[in-house]
Amino acid sequence: MTDYRIVAAGDSAIFVEFEDRIDPGVNARTIAFAEAISAANVAGVRDVVPTYRSAAIYFDPLRTDSAVLMASVEREAGRPAAAPAAAVAPVRIPVCYGGELGPDLAGVAAFAKADEEDVIRLHADGTYRVFMLGFVPGFAYLGTVDHRIAMPRHATPRVRVPSGSVGIAGIQTGVYPAETPGGWQLIGRTPVKPFDPFRDPPFLMKAGDAVQFYPIERREYDAWK
Amino acid sequence: MEVAAGLRPSVVTVIKPGMLTTIQDAGRWGFQSRGVPVAGPMDPVSHRLANALVGNDRGAAALEITLLGPELEFNDERLVAVAGAEFELSLDGRSTPCNAPFIVSAGSHLRFGARGRGARAYLAVSGGIAVAPLFGSRATHLVSAMGGAGGRALVAGDRLPLGDPGRVSGMPLAPQTPTVLLPGPHATIRVLPGPQVEHFRADALEVLQSAPYAIDHNSDRMGFRLEGPRLAHARGADIISDATPLGVLQVPASGQPILLMADRQTSGGYPKIATVIAADIAIAGQLGPADTISFEVCTLADAMAALIAQERALMAVEARRT
Repeated sequence: MTDYRIVAAGDSAIFVEFEDRIDPGVNARTIAFAEAISAANVAGVRDVVPTYRSAAIYFDPLRTDSAVLMASVEREAGRPAAAPAAAVAPVRIPVCYGGELGPDLAGVAAFAKADEEDVIRLHADGTYRVFMLGFVPGFAYLGTVDHRIAMPRHATPRVRVPSGSVGIAGIQTGVYPAETPGGWQLIGRTPVKPFDPFRDPPFLMKAGDAVQFYPIERREYDAWK
Repeated sequence: MEVAAGLRPSVVTVIKPGMLTTIQDAGRWGFQSRGVPVAGPMDPVSHRLANALVGNDRGAAALEITLLGPELEFNDERLVAVAGAEFELSLDGRSTPCNAPFIVSAGSHLRFGARGRGARAYLAVSGGIAVAPLFGSRATHLVSAMGGAGGRALVAGDRLPLGDPGRVSGMPLAPQTPTVLLPGPHATIRVLPGPQVEHFRADALEVLQSAPYAIDHNSDRMGFRLEGPRLAHARGADIISDATPLGVLQVPASGQPILLMADRQTSGGYPKIATVIAADIAIAGQLGPADTISFEVCTLADAMAALIAQERALMAVEARRT
C-alpha cells in the first residue's frame, strides 16, 4: 500500500502526487522527493518541478529508460517523510508598509477590524514557508498568513502591480518579482529583488526556505541599494 | 566556404522585423522549480529541421517567424534555411525555396513574402544566433522579458551576432520533404488523458472529441484559448496548484479549455483533462487564431510510434549533413 500516486501527463511527463492538501509536512516530502530525483540524474530527465503536493518529472521519452526512471521514482517516493530538517536561517526581507507603496494596507486593516500597525505586526511576526515558486520567475508562494489578515484577493486584478510589491491573497503572501498584472492585496513594497538574472545568486528564495519580513521606513526604502 | 576573418563581427541585421519574430533555441529547461518558463519553439520539429539543413546542432538558436515574415541583411557568407510555415522567399530579388539550405553572402537581402500553410517558420543560420545565453538558453520568453534579443521580439535595426559556422562540407542539400505535415485551417491533434481527467464528468473525454474547438484571437505563445463543446467538471474547477506541462489542456470554470504552449507559466491551478502527445505539438504550433482543432484520444503506443517516426525523419536529415 503506497500513499502516493503516479499520474502520466502525456508521453513526456509524470506527476508524483502526495496527500491532497496544503501542509508543510506534505510539501517538505514533495520537495525532498524532487531533490532526490534531480540528484539521481536519470538519463533523459529534463526538469523536476515540486509544487505544493506533487512533483512533475519532465523527460524526453526517446532518451529515457522508463524502467530506470520508475525504479528511481518508486524508491524515492516510498521513503517516509523525513524528520524536519534542522532550522535554517530564514531569508529576511525588508518591507516599507503602507502609503503609496502599500495601497491596500488600509483595506486589509478594515478587513481585520484592526489598525494598520496591527496588520504590519501580524505580517512581520510570521515565519513563512516557501511552498513553491511559479507564476513568473522568482515568485514564491509563502504561507501561511495569520487568519486575521488573510484577506481574499481583489475580484478584479490590477492591470499593473509594481515589482517588489508585497501582497496577501487569503492565507498566502508573496513578493512580485516583476511588474505584472495581479490581484493580491498590496500592503507594502520591498527594495530587494526576489529575482535578478544578473545577480549571484539570481533567486532570493527556493522551495522549502523559511522567510520573514521586517518593516523599514520610507527613507530606508529610498536609500536602499 | 570562407569564414569571416574576425575584424568585423558576423551579424544578421533586421531591416523589417515581421509581425512577431523571436530568437528561440530548444528552451530554458531546468529552472521551472524557480518559476522560470521553458519557452522555445512553438513547432520544435521545424526548428530542428531548419538547424539540420544548415548543419547546426539541433538546439542552436534560430528565428521563429510568425504569420508575417521579416526582411534581413547578412554581412558574411553563411548557409541559411527556412522550415515550417510555407513562405515565398526572395534572396536579392530571386526566388529561393523553403526546406533547403542556400548560401548568403555579404550584403545579401532576404525577404519573406506571401505565406501559405502554417503559422510559424524557422530561419536557421550556420553557426546559430549567438546572443548571450541566460540560464543556459537563448530562448526568448516575452512575458518575463528573458533571453533572445533583450527578452523581446526583434525590431528594425537589431544586429544579431552569429556563432562560428565551423567547417561546412559537401554540397548544399536538395530541398527536403517537410517533417511536419502542415495543417490547413483545421487540424486533428492527438491527446492522452490526464493528469486530472478524474476531475471531470465521466463523459468529458467524449465531449472533447465530439466537435472541433476554435482558437480564440486572445491566443499567443503562452497558450491557445479554445471555444467549443463545454467540458464539465465533476469536482470543481480548482486544484491545489501544480506543474503545467507543454500541450496540456487546462479547464477553468467556464469549461472552455486552454491549450498551454511554449511560453506557458510553470504552474497553474486549473484541472487538466488531457495532454497533447509530443509528436503533435509541432502541428499545434503551426496553428493560429480562428483555426480549429479536433482532438482525438490515442494510446501511449500510438504516441510513441508517431514520435519515433518523426525522430527517424529528422535524424535522416541530420545524418546527411555530418
